Amino acid sequence: MDKKNSANEWKRHKIQTLWALFTNSYLAGFIQGKIYRGSLKNLCVPGLNCYSCPGAIGACPIGAIQAVIGSWNFKFVFYVAGFLMFAGAVMGRFVCGWLCPFGLIQDLLHKIPFPKKITTFRGDKLLRKLKYIVLVLFVILLPMFLVDILGQGAPYFCKFICPAGTLEGGIPMVLLNKSMHSAIGWLYAWKNLLLAVTIFLSIIIYRPFCKYICPLGAIYSVFNPVSVFRYRVDRDKCTHCRTCAKVCKMQVNPLENANDLECIRCGACKKSCPAKAIH
Amino acid sequence: MNRPPHTPRMGICLAVLGLLMIGFGISRGEMSVVLEKAINICLECIGIG
Repeated sequence: MDKKNSANEWKRHKIQTLWALFTNSYLAGFIQGKIYRGSLKNLCVPGLNCYSCPGAIGACPIGAIQAVIGSWNFKFVFYVAGFLMFAGAVMGRFVCGWLCPFGLIQDLLHKIPFPKKITTFRGDKLLRKLKYIVLVLFVILLPMFLVDILGQGAPYFCKFICPAGTLEGGIPMVLLNKSMHSAIGWLYAWKNLLLAVTIFLSIIIYRPFCKYICPLGAIYSVFNPVSVFRYRVDRDKCTHCRTCAKVCKMQVNPLENANDLECIRCGACKKSCPAKAIH
Repeated sequence: MNRPPHTPRMGICLAVLGLLMIGFGISRGEMSVVLEKAINICLECIGIG
């Protein structure tokens, strides 16, 4: 990675860090082992940020979708879907690259040296479709139809899959709150196992959770091709050197599609382009 | 990431539709469901419930 690109990456990490600190700025929660209960939690944050994190000051959009769909009186979620549609239509997956705390964690984990980092593998492209299945099945269909006698569905994605919830909410809350120690069971063990696998994979593969599992990334991705702010390749300036494709850690080739569903708008391609052909 | 020369009509329409959906969702009380879920420790989310 050249110096220019490295500087851009650290600038991005600074913004990711500042945003993560801001959206998890309820410091009393970390001291008391409680969560913020103020009115700001009416609002969703754009990234994957568990609302049961002791510091969280906003609501996780994926958790909020499941909460509304799974409630007995609503079966469609206009508020959160509208929020995600607005954010996606304006900036596509920019949120994934710049404003998601769990994206930042994976970015930093991938900086840990490992003998053999994996950039791609057989079945990689097919496996990336999995996040759409996770979105439809665990975030929408199960909370909507697999309900209790009161007509309420559980947040199945949060309950069985989300490693962000375990890292940001589960581990700190259990550590800080003694009353929860006795409630730990197989589900907690399962979620910690998933978190451990995610952490290990993040060291050898760039952002595996974002690529293969994240339902929020799946939602934002469909807006990438049509968002107001998006990349454009100037074909007159482009020298077809493929530098942009080589630096992309999400394995997107901007020459083929500058607004690919997998592009997280990190800006590496734009910064690395020797001909300044990407705008 | 600059604005392309052609007006991204689809993106603007979807953004406006998103805002309308936010307003409609708020008007029918979805925000209170989000708040109620978010201000209580979600035991399922943290792997306990």
